[in-house]
Amino acid sequence: MMRRTEFLLNGSLRLALHTLAEGEGRPLLLLHGLGEQSPMSRPEWTSAWNGPVLALDFTGHGESDVPVSGGYTPEGLMSDVDAVLAEHGPVTIVGRGFGAWVGLLVAGARTSHVHGVVLFDGSGAVGGGSQPPTPYVNVLPASGTTKPDPYALLELSRDPRPPDYALDYVRFILEDSEIENPIVVSARIRPEWLAAVASDIGVIELPLEQAIESFA
Amino acid sequence: MPSTDQTREFPGAKAPERTGSIDSSGLRLALNEWGEPGAPVIAMVHGGFDFSRTFDVFAPMIAEAGWRVVAWDARGHGDSDHAHLYGWAADVRDHLAAIQSISSEPIVLLGHSKGGGQLLDLLDGRPSLARAFVNLDGLPSQFSSPDVNDRERRRMRRADLASGLDRRRRRAELTRRPDTIEGLAERRQPMNPRLTREWLEYLVTVGARHDDEGWRWKIDPVLHLGGFGPWRPGWSLDHLAALEMPFLGVLSGVQDDPMGWKSRRGDIEPFLPPGGQLEFYDDIGHFLHIEQTRFIADLVLKFLEPHR
Repeated sequence: MMRRTEFLLNGSLRLALHTLAEGEGRPLLLLHGLGEQSPMSRPEWTSAWNGPVLALDFTGHGESDVPVSGGYTPEGLMSDVDAVLAEHGPVTIVGRGFGAWVGLLVAGARTSHVHGVVLFDGSGAVGGGSQPPTPYVNVLPASGTTKPDPYALLELSRDPRPPDYALDYVRFILEDSEIENPIVVSARIRPEWLAAVASDIGVIELPLEQAIESFA
Repeated sequence: MPSTDQTREFPGAKAPERTGSIDSSGLRLALNEWGEPGAPVIAMVHGGFDFSRTFDVFAPMIAEAGWRVVAWDARGHGDSDHAHLYGWAADVRDHLAAIQSISSEPIVLLGHSKGGGQLLDLLDGRPSLARAFVNLDGLPSQFSSPDVNDRERRRMRRADLASGLDRRRRRAELTRRPDTIEGLAERRQPMNPRLTREWLEYLVTVGARHDDEGWRWKIDPVLHLGGFGPWRPGWSLDHLAALEMPFLGVLSGVQDDPMGWKSRRGDIEPFLPPGGQLEFYDDIGHFLHIEQTRFIADLVLKFLEPHR
């Protein structure tokens, strides 16, 4: 099917949520990487999923609005995903790169509404590393509608992601989840935060398609 | 019984002599100035949940000594625009936009609390912006964190996350609760227990807006204290050690003040830049420049004397 797009409000910003496949039951929600946007059609690797397949364009990406003067943080963009949860109820998340990081955070913050999260390779997985990089402060011209928003690329590629911070979210998920293995790492590229997550005793590793099948 | 008078005065408080605005990538930040336009510039950066008019007594004292004082409201605070998104890095960038709009030459920078912490970050990345730096109780220390075990820390972070997301879900319907001048002052008192009611009532008249229902703080209702993500105080100390300009740090030692990082002299001293000056007062609270305005202004002016 051609993707169908609806717009959700996050404050005054419009978020584009695409339906890539119709179906009954809990949706699979795809979160793209930094600087990417949602796929135009259902990726083959989601074929084991019988329910709806949704894909969200993060703020400043794809068909979603661009905020004035940046201010991006992964924690702030959790509210993008939360807008989907408010509208569609519980989901299973597959996140690529930066989307994997936000997917982990929101799964930890909304444990009752995220039934499993798959962390996969994609752009923006590393962020700023475990320690903040040397500050790079620059004022960019007001972009208005340029996408991906240059401020998103600047700010979300420099946010620090300490492993112990990631493990806090792992604990939130594991303490609350009714699923046996709610966190699956399918990514082959492992920045420090993701290596720490993958090595946690409550986290399993599976190839992407099997990971999705495990939540189907 | 609440007064019907909708104005308040405070001894020494002086409205800005000039007002204006700065553009930070399309976001308008409100700017206030005291002192002669041609005088050497000192830029003041306020702390979290404050606004530039909290310098209404302190700034005139510095201006009277021959300085041009410039201060701006952070995004979402005071008279500046409310933003779609907020973050530490965005605040730091807004400070850069403001400073670049004021002068192309290095100036003196002063930051209080969160504003001081953000200037530490800015000056590590852009050291040529400042020819001297004053930090008023904005030196975060990892060593003075409250004694909280890991489980409790996680519980607090989790509660903060949930409430933050809930607040963003309700963003469109969030408004600041209207009240009388006295009512708003009373509600702010727990944040500023050491400041007088007279000051807090004055603050309402410059930091809140009056409409048909009463006074409401101008600050964006989606903002809340905390919410720094993975940020940790020790990261700022690295920036402190890297400074190369003359530096004055002033610490409050009042441990039961609800605001501030509670850093102690021994936490900070090992990270002082060469020649840096650190003062510690265990009888002045976090809002040093408001609680002991004359004393702190004299301290700052003495430090600045060679840097006019």
